[in-house]
Amino acid sequence: MPPVSLTVVDAPPSRSPLATAARRFVRNRAAFVALLLLVVIMLACFVGPLLSSNNAIDSDWSAISLAPTFDNMHWFGTDELGRDLLVRTLVGGRVSLEVGLLGTLVSGLIGVAWGATAGYLGGRVDAVMMRIVDMMYAIPYMLIAILMMTLFGRAFYLVVLTISAFSWLDMARVVRGQTLSLRSREFIDAAKAIGVDSRSIITRHIVPNLIGVVVVYATVTVPGIVLTESVLSFLGLGVQEPMTSWGVLIQDGAQKLESTPWLLLCPALMLCATLYAVSFVGDGLRDALDPKDR
Amino acid sequence: MSVQETLLKVDNLSVHFSIAQGGYPWSKKATLRAVDGVSFDVRRGETVGLVGESGCGKSTLARAIIGLTPVTSGSVQWKGLESVKGASRDTTQIRRDVQMIFQDPLASLDPRMTIEQIVAEPLKTHQPQLGREEIRVRVRTMLERVGLSNHHLRRYPHEFSGGQCQRVGIARALIGEPQLVICDEPVSALDVSIQAQIVNLLRDLQRELSLSLLFVAHDLAVVKAISQRVLVMYLGRVMEFGDKRDVYREPQHPYTRALLSAVPLPDPAAERARKHVLLRGEIPSPLKPPSGCAFRTRCPDAIDACANERPVTSATGIGHTQVACIRAVMT
Amino acid sequence: MAQNKALLEVKDLSVRFARRDGAPVDAVQRVSFSLDKGKTLGIVGESGSGKSQTVMALLGLLAKNGKVSGEALYNDTNLLTMNDAALNRIRGDRIGMIFQDPMTSLNPFLTIERQMTETLQLHRKLSRREAKQRAIETLERVRIPDAARRIGMYPHEFSGGMRQRVMIAMALLSEPEILIADEPTTALDVTVQAQIIELLRELNRERGTAIILITHDMGVVAGLCDDVMVMYAGQTVEQAPAQQLFAAPTHPYTIGLLNALPRLTDDDDQPLQTIPGNPPLPGMATQGCAFAPRCTYAEERCRTTRPALEPTEGEAHALRACHRPVQAIAEVL
Repeated sequence: MPPVSLTVVDAPPSRSPLATAARRFVRNRAAFVALLLLVVIMLACFVGPLLSSNNAIDSDWSAISLAPTFDNMHWFGTDELGRDLLVRTLVGGRVSLEVGLLGTLVSGLIGVAWGATAGYLGGRVDAVMMRIVDMMYAIPYMLIAILMMTLFGRAFYLVVLTISAFSWLDMARVVRGQTLSLRSREFIDAAKAIGVDSRSIITRHIVPNLIGVVVVYATVTVPGIVLTESVLSFLGLGVQEPMTSWGVLIQDGAQKLESTPWLLLCPALMLCATLYAVSFVGDGLRDALDPKDR
Repeated sequence: MSVQETLLKVDNLSVHFSIAQGGYPWSKKATLRAVDGVSFDVRRGETVGLVGESGCGKSTLARAIIGLTPVTSGSVQWKGLESVKGASRDTTQIRRDVQMIFQDPLASLDPRMTIEQIVAEPLKTHQPQLGREEIRVRVRTMLERVGLSNHHLRRYPHEFSGGQCQRVGIARALIGEPQLVICDEPVSALDVSIQAQIVNLLRDLQRELSLSLLFVAHDLAVVKAISQRVLVMYLGRVMEFGDKRDVYREPQHPYTRALLSAVPLPDPAAERARKHVLLRGEIPSPLKPPSGCAFRTRCPDAIDACANERPVTSATGIGHTQVACIRAVMT
Repeated sequence: MAQNKALLEVKDLSVRFARRDGAPVDAVQRVSFSLDKGKTLGIVGESGSGKSQTVMALLGLLAKNGKVSGEALYNDTNLLTMNDAALNRIRGDRIGMIFQDPMTSLNPFLTIERQMTETLQLHRKLSRREAKQRAIETLERVRIPDAARRIGMYPHEFSGGMRQRVMIAMALLSEPEILIADEPTTALDVTVQAQIIELLRELNRERGTAIILITHDMGVVAGLCDDVMVMYAGQTVEQAPAQQLFAAPTHPYTIGLLNALPRLTDDDDQPLQTIPGNPPLPGMATQGCAFAPRCTYAEERCRTTRPALEPTEGEAHALRACHRPVQAIAEVL
């Protein structure tokens, strides 16, 4: 019997669910502007310092504690050692952003693997895995961080590791919840009926359908990690000199708030702007990826 | 017509769930008998229709046969080999030879996979030695056979209509060359005009590929159009099982008669002239089925003896029909 | 034509939904029909036909982005232009409505008694006790066993069929002139469906309640309706008394639909007759007849001009929207 005439539902070129989401994201003004802002900030941090005549380390003894001015590109002013704050802020931004992104990546990977496995396998495995998560929540995170920093020093990768060690918990919980709801959907039954084994179901069906939630949650995690790094730095446990980060700068600036306010305000403003931007991007992503709105 | 070999033999299958009556871990548990002692068989090349209303257990039975729901007792034999006995399962053979088509066409497809990936999955699972090109060729051929074309390969499920999604589901089920396809209400969610297309497609494919089908549905007319034998279920039990023509023309069980009489005919004169057998009462809860025959509480022909023992399925002399009713066998 | 004025007269009813991204969707396009006192009208169609939106529009229940135009005269007033207050007086009182899924239309947190007496106290100003008495009587009328006790229960304690009866009872409390039922039996088992259809038939016969039944099930229509209106892609394609429509349909879509139905009386080794292609997405703009792409009788003009709904040749009370004459189609039946 000849196949019945089938016109594919309206011609526009095939769009994957992700492409549809991208389109919706772009249409969300606030989110799109926030994304642009984020890109600008990242470019500034990584490329900016190369464009300035100043650098983060050298002191310019002729320009100590200058308020923000247009001379010599000291747009953010200088600190008590004559170091240009703008470049220091940008360079510090590199560290904060790297910690933020790397930390999110590591905690995301652990969280997804943990949560998806617990959620899919269910039963006792799930119970044990989630009790471990619960126990880790109970551990006073700051104490561990301080302990680790004190014992092992303050190398960059250690900072990232310490922060990630606790940030994956939220992601695991969220992913597990999502996996539980995915598990009862008919296409998972269909895969089981075909005979696909559990591991393949998790990697081929569950994880790709988690992407929406994971991406959104990741953008929520980034600010958390950046802030955590800032807090550690504030406590004197962040990255070591001569490396600097927003946290370090803010800590310095806070001590000198009365005499040289710009030392606090400028890096704090950068931090806030970045966190706001990430937040908006996260909101936009969540709305764009929400299947119910289709 | 010579009787074909039996492929699937279900023997006294039961699927019971333990339901807590209260919210506490120590609350009393009641047993929900979703499927309760069902026996039947499916032969090569035939379609067995499985009908019943909600709560009759037909979907649970289908899922138990294919392994999506655990079996409490009884056995499922595939080609003579014990595939499920009691609680243990040896599912390798049954996994390749038995496939399933689902009720909600869109929901049964992974929204993040392309049509090509969806249809290729069974091949990747059971014949991992096949190369990419070989897989692609087979997928393409299969899609054409079900009435879809090449430029559908890279599209996503949400871009298709219900009928088209169901065709994808059929392609996926058939690509591994199974011998039995269990269809769980495959056309219930489709419009009438599309339903007819899909039913015809299944019939054609069945003939071409000598497939057996276990067709689960609540629409008696659709079941009649596609099945050779029909099994009627009520509250987890078999009420009647026989050749389609016998069951539809001379139903032996009071429940079958009521069901047939309840189907509205698209013919106003005939419909209004008809005398409908209206069942009284409601379907009892599967947690507390009536003693003896499960249907007796609503049966127009029930007598006292019906409450004593559960009727055994036996022949009545009408064709090969088996009926679970003491009154039908009496006559 | 009938001497008495029709109870409900709908003319050129159109519903358009604005969309944030994309062209507006014309879910219903200039639909007209009339309902006489004590009669039953069945509106049939598949998904995307606009049948539900038509009645939602009548009762002011459209989604926010929906715009209605046209006229729906009930007692000389146009329902479509009424303000909410006036519409509220009619809805639930003179015109009752029951939906497909009783679970979502009943408030799960209130007992049946509360929900029913509320309506009576609101519309009829009865005292609590009188209202309860009336409610119990109505429940008994729809054959809910043990009504006096069950009235104190919650919706989830009833089975699907019973819930639908409760919905019907609620709709009947104020003795409405018109009862609109939107797919009332689709979610029910066939034996329960038979009971509900029987109930509706009785209501129509004994109380003279006019009924508008929306469904995709031709069998249900055959059992209950005096007149039938067939919709496709938001337009009416055929309208006729039920007897006539089933015996001698005159529109290719109706013919196709009736032919595609598997019947208990069929001779089975024949394949089912199908309508090729797929139903259109709601609101896809078409030039010409919406059914043309799937129609075996389509000609050139079918694709360019939309056929008007006109009286069927040779029939007093039937309408059809088709360019091809009846003979050309009936022949091939």
